[in-house]
Formats: sequence, C-alpha cells, structure tokens
Amino acid sequence: MTFSLPKNIVSGKRGTAQKIWFTLFRLAAGINVLALFAVIAFIISRGISAISWEFLSEMPRNSMTEGGILPCIIGTICLALGALSVAFPVGVGTAIYLNEYASQGKVVGVIRFAIANLAGVPSVVFGLFGLAFFCTVLNLGVSLVSGALTLGIMSLPVIIGASEEALKAVPNTYREASLGLGASKWQTICRVVVPSALPGILTGSILALGRAAGETAPIMFTGAVFFTPDLPSSVFDEVMALPYHIYVLATAGTHIGETRHLQYGTALVLIALVLGMNLFAIIIRSRLRNRSRV
Amino acid sequence: MTHPEATEITPKVDLPGWPDTKTGQKKDTLTGRRTAIGEWLAESSLFTISLISILALGLIMLFLLMEGSPTFSFVSIRDFVLGHFWYPTDEPPDFGILPLITGSVSVTLISSLIAVPSGVMTAIYLSEIAPPRVAEILKPAIELLASLPSVVIGFFGMVAVAPVMHEVFNIPTGLNLFTASIMLAFMSIPTICTISEDALRSVPITYREASLALGATPFETISKVTVPAALSGITTAIILGMSRAIGETMVVLMVAGGAAMIPESIFDPIRPMPASIAAEMGEAPFRGDHYHALFATGITLFLFTILFNVLAMSASRRFRLKG
Repeated sequence: MTFSLPKNIVSGKRGTAQKIWFTLFRLAAGINVLALFAVIAFIISRGISAISWEFLSEMPRNSMTEGGILPCIIGTICLALGALSVAFPVGVGTAIYLNEYASQGKVVGVIRFAIANLAGVPSVVFGLFGLAFFCTVLNLGVSLVSGALTLGIMSLPVIIGASEEALKAVPNTYREASLGLGASKWQTICRVVVPSALPGILTGSILALGRAAGETAPIMFTGAVFFTPDLPSSVFDEVMALPYHIYVLATAGTHIGETRHLQYGTALVLIALVLGMNLFAIIIRSRLRNRSRV
Repeated sequence: MTHPEATEITPKVDLPGWPDTKTGQKKDTLTGRRTAIGEWLAESSLFTISLISILALGLIMLFLLMEGSPTFSFVSIRDFVLGHFWYPTDEPPDFGILPLITGSVSVTLISSLIAVPSGVMTAIYLSEIAPPRVAEILKPAIELLASLPSVVIGFFGMVAVAPVMHEVFNIPTGLNLFTASIMLAFMSIPTICTISEDALRSVPITYREASLALGATPFETISKVTVPAALSGITTAIILGMSRAIGETMVVLMVAGGAAMIPESIFDPIRPMPASIAAEMGEAPFRGDHYHALFATGITLFLFTILFNVLAMSASRRFRLKG
C-alpha cells in the first residue's frame, strides 16, 4: 500500500511554485534532523575528553569539581528501573483491560480521558504532586522510592499507549483459534494475546524507561539531591541523578567555569544512555512492523 | 497513536466474550461456574488496575488544590493572577504571577511560530514527498529528537546557542525569550511532526488520485486536498505541541534568563511558570506562603495544559468523524 506522487516535471508558474515549496519541505525536514545531529555532535566532541574509567566509576571529590559520577549513574538507573517496575504492571494491565474487555461506556470514557490528560500534565507538576503526596503525606521523604513513584506515574500513559498499540496488532484469528480450541477468554489473553504482543509491549517500555531516565523536573523535589557522600543503600535514601547533576553543575555551582568538562561528560553519559535505549527500541520496533506487514 | 496498519491486520469479527464490534457493548457467553468465577476475577482485577489512572489524575488535582488553595488566604485570586510583581522572598512579599504567565504564554507562542511551520512541513515531506527509504531513516531521527532529555537541550542552549545570540544580536545576555523559544521549538517539533504525519497518512489515497486525475500538480494536491483533509489532525498536533511547550521546565529554567518581568522585547529575559516553580521550590520554606504560592502557580499551569488537552481532544474527535 504505497503511493507516491508522480515524478513528472511540471512546467510554468505552477511548476515553479511546486519547486519552491518542495524545496522548503525538504529544508524543514533537513533542519530538524540537522538539529538532532548538531546537539549530539556538540556534546560528543566536547564531552569525550572527560570520559575515562575513573569518571564512570568514582565518587565525586572536592565538592564535585573533580572525580567521577558513579553515584549519578547508579541513581539514574535505580530511578528509571523503579519507575518502570511501578508503571509496567499497571500500564500493561490497563491496556489489556481497555483493549480486550472494555465495552464503550462512561467509566471507560473517563479512564481514557484521565490517561490523555495524565500524558499532558507538565513534568514539574508531577514533581509538585510527588512532593505533596509521596514525600509528605506518605512520609517517604526525599528518597529513591518517592522519585521512582513520581516518574512511574509520569510514564504510565506512555506504557499504556504502547501496550494498547501492540495488543491491537494481534490478529483476531489468534483469538478465534484459541477460543476454538476450548480455551477461556482469560486463558486466551494470558497464553496467546499477551505473548504475541509482548515484543511491542517491551519496546514501548524501553522507550518509557529512556524517558524516565532523562527527566529532571519530577525528581528535583522528590528524589534527587545535590550531593550524597554514599551510594544509596536502601530505597529510602536520597540519590544523585545524571540530569539533575548536569543542571546543578551548569547553573548553581560556584565553579561553573571549572566544571565545564564534567558537565559535558555527564551530558554525554546521559545522552548515550537515553539515546542508546531509544535506538534499541526503535530498531526492534521497525523490525516488528516490517515483519507484521508481510 | 494507533499504528495505521493495525486496523487492517485485525479483521472485525465478533468473538464470544469480547465487546461487540459494532455497538461496543459486551456480550456474555461464558458458562460453567469455575471458569465464570475465574474470568470474573481476572476482569475485575484488570478493571481495578485501570482505575489507577483516574486515581492518579484525581490525586494530582486534589493535592495541587490542597497545597495551592491556602495561597488565597493571603492574596486574592485577582491579585495573584493579575499582580505585576513576583517578589516572593521580599519583606513584605509580592505574589503576582502575571509576569510568569506572560512569560509562559510568550515563550510558547514564539516557539510555535518556529515549531508549527517546521513541524508540519517536515510531516508533509515525510508523508507525501520523501521516498520510502529516506522516510525510514528520517522518522527515527525525529523520534530521537523527541527523546533527547530536556536538560541536555537546555544545557546545549546555555553553552552553545546563548553565546552566539549574545554575539550576533549584540545584546546583554543570550539567555532570553528568543533563545528559549528556539530551544523549546525543538522540543515540540517532534510532537507536531509525528501526529501531523499520522493525520496526513490517514487521508485516503483515492483523494490524491482524484485530485491528480483532475490535472492538479502534486503540490496543488498537497495544499488543496491532502492538508485540508488532514487539517483537524494537524490542529490536534499543533495544540499538543504547544501544550508540551508550555509545560516544559528544564529548557526555560536554564535558557530563559529567569527575570520575573513582563517582556517588552523578544530579547528580554523571562521567567515562565515552570521555571519559577522548579527554581524556587527548593528554597521555599515548607508550607510557608511562598510554598503555597508555587503550588497555586502549578494549578495555573495545570489549567493551561488541561485546556490545551480538551481543545486537542475535541479537534481529534472531529477528525475521526471525517476520516
């Protein structure tokens, strides 16, 4: 089902208009892709010199003007995985309900409305909510668990959306075959529908994981701190995180100029982590789509 | 965002136990007591799980209101929204968020002046003009642009773009409304582009064929048939892109300059609402006036995004009816 506009050359005024506009369309696409590469190339070229084994594996020293960023890397990974462990079961469960069970009705309408609006809530508002609810009312304080829960709620719509798309792509013939063999609806969902949708669900989850790892505003008041002398030993400890570390070093420190190379290095580690996860998910997904097209 | 192919793969056949394909209503066909209880248990636990989204949104609104409403015991809603001065730490403090609101609105509008043409044109290129192979490479690039952490874009704006602005325009600081708008545009372009492209692709091919057969050039087909047919989808894309821009925090926190004043030129530093919340919450005394005022700012910001979302939803509903 591909369609392409005819390639024949149009002459005259209409042809000129077309040429100009098509060039503009190409230009717009070019600029956007260029912007991506400009940011990545800039961070890599400035940051690569800061990267060393010590940088990745040591604690910061001398009020963060020297040393490594190990606690930030560990903190970010813990926060993102924690967020996923909250959002994954809830998100997939919701997607299964919406795609396999929900009949059109008021409650389902409200659920969909809530998901759509949750997706639009600004990240800093999630931070405020986390501060008021998880840190204060649930008395979890500024901790790994508060940050992870806040990020988890933020990732919920992403995971629901991706899982629903994956479930929708499971052909109905699979369900028919399973029912025809005498399986019940729940058995069909558990053993046929979800397993065939699993690659798509996991891809979406990796995307959500990458997004959670890169977010700053939701963890600023809920989980991340400027500096901790130790690595987190329990979920109730405060953590350092890569995005927050970049922000603090670049704006709030007294040694902004001297720590520039550390900032570039930290930014490079963060984009390597996030873009790596995204690239992985995008490649898997395009393979899946090509396969399902055949 | 449903995968366009998904509906084609799945033929619509009624299955026992699933909702009816035409009416969307449930048909009950399960028999046998043990299965019935198990099935009921599975369905109701999944239903309970799916209520968590409502609970989350409800709790967010509840806690914003609970922590934000005490603000209006020491400043009236009118003075809060329309007050020209935001000096929360002065003695006596001023809690007027008009400079923050104008900051947010101006940075969102100027960034959409850049992001809307650029995003929609990229979508047109990807959906209508680009050879499939090129589109297959460019699309992931746009998605990767969306996945760049906002703090990295903000950092890039600070260290790479702002100094250039400072030199080129000979202005006191490169951290201002204009630079922030440019950086913010690159955060909303992927949203605008992806949703617009979906809308363009869902325009039936027969429309284009009919237009070409009548002698229209490819560009005339795009501008007079394809884009108008996808217009409500593109509108949704634009609104969601703007919603993303107004709520975006790190970019405006790092690049906008941080001066809480109503901008008079595009080179003035500004302090949009999210930047103010993020920058000040750390220092605001717990449950003090400043703390509550920041939550009330959060309510204002939340209302803006809800408004954008409702507009986007109604635009996309019209879109679905048409398509």
